[in-house]
Order: sequence, then C-alpha cells, then structure tokens
Amino acid sequence: MENRSQFLNQLEQILPLVEKPGRYVGGEYNSIQKNWNSIETKIGLIFPDIYDIGLSNLGIQILYEKINQEFDLLAERAYAPWLDMEKLLKENNIPLFSLESKTPLSKFDILGFTLPYETLFTNTLNILNLAHIPIHSNERNENFPVIIAGGHATYNPEPMSAFIDAFLLGEGEDIILDFIHEFQKLKNKGVDKNTLLFSLSQIPGLYVPSLYKPIYQSDGTIEKIDRVDPLVPEIVTKRIVGKLPFIPKKFIVPSISVVHNRISIEIMRGCTRGCRFCHAGMVNRPVRERSVDEIVEGIQEAIDNTGFEEIALLSLSSSDYTNIGELLDKISERFVGQNLKVSLPSLRIESFSIDLMEKLKGARQGGFTLAPEAATDRMRNIINKPISDEQLLSTAREIFKRGWHTIKLYFMIGHPSETLEDVKAIANLCKQVLSEGHKAIGKRASVHAGVSTFVPKAHTPFQWVACDNPETIKMKQELLRNELKGPGLKFNWTDPKETMLESWLSRGDRRLSKVIEFAWEGGAKFDAWQDMHNHEIWMESFEKAGLNYEYYTNRTRFTDEIFPWDHISTGINKSYIFEEYQNSLNQKLRNDCREQCYACGIIQNFKDVRQINPGNSWMCPEVTLKSRKNEISLPN
Amino acid sequence: MKSRYRINYSKNELMRYTSNLDVQKSWERTFRRARVPIAYSQGFHPQPKIQLACPLPLGFLSENEILDFVTEEKLVIPNLETQLAEKIPPGIQINEINEVELNQPSLQVQTRAAQYRMEFLNQLEFSKLSADINLLLRKDNIIRTRRGKTYDLRPLILDLVVFEEESLPKIRITLSALENATGRPEEILDELLIPFQSVRITREITLLK
Repeated sequence: MENRSQFLNQLEQILPLVEKPGRYVGGEYNSIQKNWNSIETKIGLIFPDIYDIGLSNLGIQILYEKINQEFDLLAERAYAPWLDMEKLLKENNIPLFSLESKTPLSKFDILGFTLPYETLFTNTLNILNLAHIPIHSNERNENFPVIIAGGHATYNPEPMSAFIDAFLLGEGEDIILDFIHEFQKLKNKGVDKNTLLFSLSQIPGLYVPSLYKPIYQSDGTIEKIDRVDPLVPEIVTKRIVGKLPFIPKKFIVPSISVVHNRISIEIMRGCTRGCRFCHAGMVNRPVRERSVDEIVEGIQEAIDNTGFEEIALLSLSSSDYTNIGELLDKISERFVGQNLKVSLPSLRIESFSIDLMEKLKGARQGGFTLAPEAATDRMRNIINKPISDEQLLSTAREIFKRGWHTIKLYFMIGHPSETLEDVKAIANLCKQVLSEGHKAIGKRASVHAGVSTFVPKAHTPFQWVACDNPETIKMKQELLRNELKGPGLKFNWTDPKETMLESWLSRGDRRLSKVIEFAWEGGAKFDAWQDMHNHEIWMESFEKAGLNYEYYTNRTRFTDEIFPWDHISTGINKSYIFEEYQNSLNQKLRNDCREQCYACGIIQNFKDVRQINPGNSWMCPEVTLKSRKNEISLPN
Repeated sequence: MKSRYRINYSKNELMRYTSNLDVQKSWERTFRRARVPIAYSQGFHPQPKIQLACPLPLGFLSENEILDFVTEEKLVIPNLETQLAEKIPPGIQINEINEVELNQPSLQVQTRAAQYRMEFLNQLEFSKLSADINLLLRKDNIIRTRRGKTYDLRPLILDLVVFEEESLPKIRITLSALENATGRPEEILDELLIPFQSVRITREITLLK
C-alpha cells in the first residue's frame, strides 16, 4: 500500500509535465473498473498507438465489453504513451500501467494486442519493454502474462512470431472467451509455459508460432514448415462468427478530444466485390449483414448510452448493404434534426450514392469521396474494380450539381504491370472531374486526389507480385505532381519509404522478427506517424540481420512458392487466390460473387457455420443438410 | 418556453486533465444521454447553449464550478437532478441546480473572483514558506508578463493565507477573476519559485458579482 500511494504521488507530479495528461488517467464514462482483488483472471487490452488513436478502436471496444460481462474476468486498457510520457516513465522507473486501476501491465494474466496494421509492430515491443516484460516469447516463463495478438496484420503472424505467444486469428468475439477459459483451466492446474502453449494450440483459430519451424531453401524461400509435434494443427484456420453478434453499445466516451469522437456501428462485415488488391475484402469473408431494425435500435441505444454527436456506419462497401435505402430512410426519420452527424463511408460510384448522402442531410461540408483506384480500363480489369470513365464523370457532374464543392478521389499507383500511361490517366481523369465541376458550379469546384501506393498483401491474389521499387514510385509521383497543379487541384501521396516498410512487414517471414527487434532497439517506434518514421534505422537493421529488404518487397514470387503464411488459412483456398492472380494477368474481370458463387473456399471451410446460420444474412449460398446427411440424424 | 439553469459542480481527479472545451463537450454529451432538451444556436453550425463561468486551468481540481445552460422547455428541477445523476461522467459531481433568469448577462461577465487551495505534495518548511509569502505580499507591485503583455499581479491578489494541515503547509488564496484582470494561482507559485507540478490546486469558490 505504501508503494501504491508513493506511485500515485509520483504520477501526480509527472502528469502536469506531459502533453495531454488526460491520455493516462482513465475514468471515462462507460469505462469499467472492477475490484482487482476479487477477480480470478485479468486481461489487459492494448492498442499500440497513443490513446487519441486507439480509444475509438472497435475491436478493443467489443472485447472490452464482452470480457467485462463475465463475472470472473476483468479487462482494462493501455495505449502507447507518447514520447514525453515514455521519457518520464523511464526516468522515474515507473512500469507502464493500465488506465482503469493503474496496475502495472506485468501484473495481468493476459495481455492482448490489437494489430490492425503492420506499422504498430515496433510499438508493441516498446510497450512490452516499458511494462518491464521481456520482449521475446522464449524469455518469458509462466510468471509473466501470456502475450496474445489479433487483428488484420496478424493474418501473416510470422514477422511478430518471436514476440507473441499466441495469435487469435480472425474474428475475436468467440475465440477470446474460448481462449481465456482454457487458460484458466490450465493455470489452475499450475502447468508450465510450454504445456500451456501446447494445450492452447488445440483451440481452433489459435496459432502458437513456437510450435512451428520453417525450413528454408538456399534461395531463401521456404521448403516446408515443420511442426514440433504431429498433434499441432497443420493449418490454423481463422475463426468467424455465424451471425454478427454484438453491437457494442456502451462505447467509452473520452473526457478529452480524440481522433474519432463517435459511435461506430458495423452494418455489414465482409465484401463481395473481389477487388484483387484488397486485403480486407479477402480476409473478412463471408459477407454478413445486420438487419435494419437491429442497426436502428443499436444506434438509439448507443446514443442514449454515450451522448456522442456523431455516428459512423461501418462496412467495406456501404452501397452493397442490401437495404441501404431503407436503412438511411429510417435513420434520417429518427435521428436527423437532433444535431447529430451520420457518416457513411465507401460508396459506389453511381448517382444512387448521392441520393444516399442526401438522406443524411448536412453532410455536404466534408466533400464527396469516391474511390476509383485506377484510371484506365486495363488497370481496372487487372485489379477487378470496373468502373467506366463516363460513369465516374456523370456521377461527379451530379455531385457538383447537387451542392458539393469538393470531390475527393482515391487512387493507387503501383498496381501490377502499371505503366506511366496508366499513371498519367489518373491525372487526366482528375482534371476531367474538375472540369465537370467548373461547368456545374464554376471556380468554387475543387478536386482532391489522394494517391496512395499499392502494397501487395498476404492472402490476396496479388501476394505473388512485386511491389514497385522506390525509384519507380518516385517517378510516378513526380509525374502526378507535375500534372496535378493549378487552382482547384490538390494532390496527396505516400512517402515511398513508408510504402517499403509496409511492404516488407506485410509479406515477411519469421526472420523479420530480428529486423523488427533491431529497428526497435535502434529507436524505431510510431512508424505509422509520418514524421516519426526513420528509414535509416530499418536499413541498418536489415544489414545487421543479414537480410535484404528487396527480397521481400521487389521480388515476384514463384507460382509454386510456399509462403510464410501458408499454414494460416483465412478460409479462402490458395487455389482460388491463384486463379484470381491468373485472371488478373489475363485482365479478366470477375463479377460480384453475390451474383454467382466462385467457390473461394469459404462455404467449404465454414460449412458447419453456414448450416447453422441459414438465410439471407450471409451473402453466400446455402449449405443444405443433404450434403451432410450421413452425419446428422433428424428425429422423425 | 426556453429556460435557463445553473449547475454548481465539482471536478475531481478523473476530469482533472480535461480542458474547458472538453468539459463543455462532456456536458453536451451528458445532456444528450439524459435527454435534456438543450437549446441550440441558429445558423450553419448550431452550438448547444452551454456556458462555463470561469475557465479552470488544466490540472486544477474544483469544488465549485458554475455552468449555465438553456433548454427548449421548462424543467422540474428534482426530475432534472435525478435524470442527470446517472448520466454524469465519474469525474464530475453535481452540487446544486437552480433556475436563473433567461436574460441574465453571460456567466463570464458575472464572474468576479475565485478562491483556491494549494496543497504541497512534498515536504516543505512552513516557516520559510510563510516568510516568502510575507515578503511577496509586502510588495507594492509584482510586475510580470503574460503573452507579451506587462501587468501587475499584486492588486489581483485579494486575499492570501498560509496554514498547516496534517503537518503539510497549505495556501488559501482569492484572486480577481474579472474579464481583463484575472490572477492565476500558478503565477503566485512562480513568484515563490515553487514548481507547479509539486502542488495540488483546487478551486474552492467561484464568486459571482
């Protein structure tokens, strides 16, 4: 107790010295603090970037509510401290603590990191270190918390395999409690860490990297992936929920301003469009929708519980939500005029989208966003995102006519086999859109072109392709900079160095753990922050690890190559992804898979889940009992 | 019928580092949760009619904050108290709610002075502190600059006592809080060469005209 009051006194004298001390105090409305001493198992949920960014993360929010609903569990949160706070924690030898009870993270039973993107990897190491926990999995015995991770960037878990004890693959809603309950049983038996990890590996969707050993060939590619024991699953398949289960309604309401001050309601998970570059579109299958009534009731309850002034309807493609018109009618009927803002991302390029935005009156201030991604038909066929110039221009015309002054256009450079002609077409198209604006509303019209650089991702049809090298990227960006000049045009691009970092981390193997470790030791952190990213450290770390970054970024993979992530399954078969890769090489389009099932593997790999969740909440075909009649006997 | 109400509240440890703008936002959300029909200004960006009396510097606690808000309709105060009780964030505690005249001048204009308590977090010699304070108070002028402007801190100090409680020295000070003549407790600390982070400052009273 003496220590505790000493710590609180220390903390009180540190907080006034840092920027936004409110990041470190907790106590927000809807945050939950249980009695530490009366709870059996304590879980720390960590978003490894600062509070301002992490607070509104939907994944953490869902797990926080879900875990805290259990009487014998508690979940508390932690985020990456900003540099000023990190310095003071170190100077005062204060281990990083949770927001709710201010308990050092090393006192928790389980620490769960969410890794939605790769540039959070170094922060993860930094947080472990600030918590006085060894960064390497094999340096932590059963007296340390079990370190787990999940999120989009963990579908290729290998680069982080040296640091994380177990990855929870796929949707966390169910697996988290399966994992915790198994952990509790094992812990009560008093097993050692190796036994614990081995037993945990038997949970579907749970990947324990230390139980696998990749064998490399002389050219650096993988020959095979060995398992330490035949009982360890050969392939770990992600977990999904059959029905979107849980709208979090008690969002934590921050007491300080953060990046997204809003309620996020997921209206649909997954996407049927099949854009070949899109990681989210591949790893989040199948498409499952919530009903209109469930969403509307969810919004009402969330407003009553939080008082937030903004609601974001989340999905990968809002226009594809089956009853989008009805949903927005009901929302505007019930909530518009109450000084609330409703935002709707990811709309298709068609005039119907403008009708949709108009239902959410008052949204005109922010500009209208469209994402054509590519500007020539050839490129569009390659990436499987067909949209004609004419359709884009007529939609743009209509947007300007109906009162918007700004259109934001999102493109990507660096798609496979892209030429300078394809890049130039981006600039031309932006100018054509602007000229539509001039015709409709005169000089007030403006076009913002956001042009990011494509990074090939694991588990997508482009996992075989090379990422553009930095020189090519620079050349393409230079071309766009020269073309996209003048009044009414704004051009944003991504630093090629950031693209490189994302590129080698996305498709890296286990050997990259060393590179990440060296980079972190050299001071790399907050890699997602433009002004914090230090390319030199990473280059030195590759050298120190005896690896070549170009091997990971600029190499076209062999068609029969075993990938570092091949023992991880997203439910989509590699043969299907390869077929899609071939289709891209032949510039062959594939339709929205709602129109026709292309047998990607989801139905095959999740047939049990589909069978017990029949009906049209899934966009996949039904699995009938016929196919399984030998296994199920129905009473007469 | 539009009505105006005044809440007197405390701001505790959990909201200590919430800025005035964010406190205002917290109240806006509290009212929305409690379904209190707050009136909004007209125009392109309607703003809720909520105003704070006297800005509280970041890191200060308070036992006496004053906030006015306007509602679209007349409310019954006991009901309002119940409604709000469950919806306020843990960092705020309501002390009192009263109805006030709708057309009163703004709260900022009505604020006259504020009384603060300063508690030292580390051991400090009482006699030395007393002597330093006496020296300070004996001055006719305490000329300082704030944002490039020169001003005299001395006349802004309306009252100052130093006392001992649980063997730790404390200061109670009343400073002017008029619109163009506001004294700040941390400026006194600066004159006494005491680092601000080693002191817990609590506003005890906000004095209206």
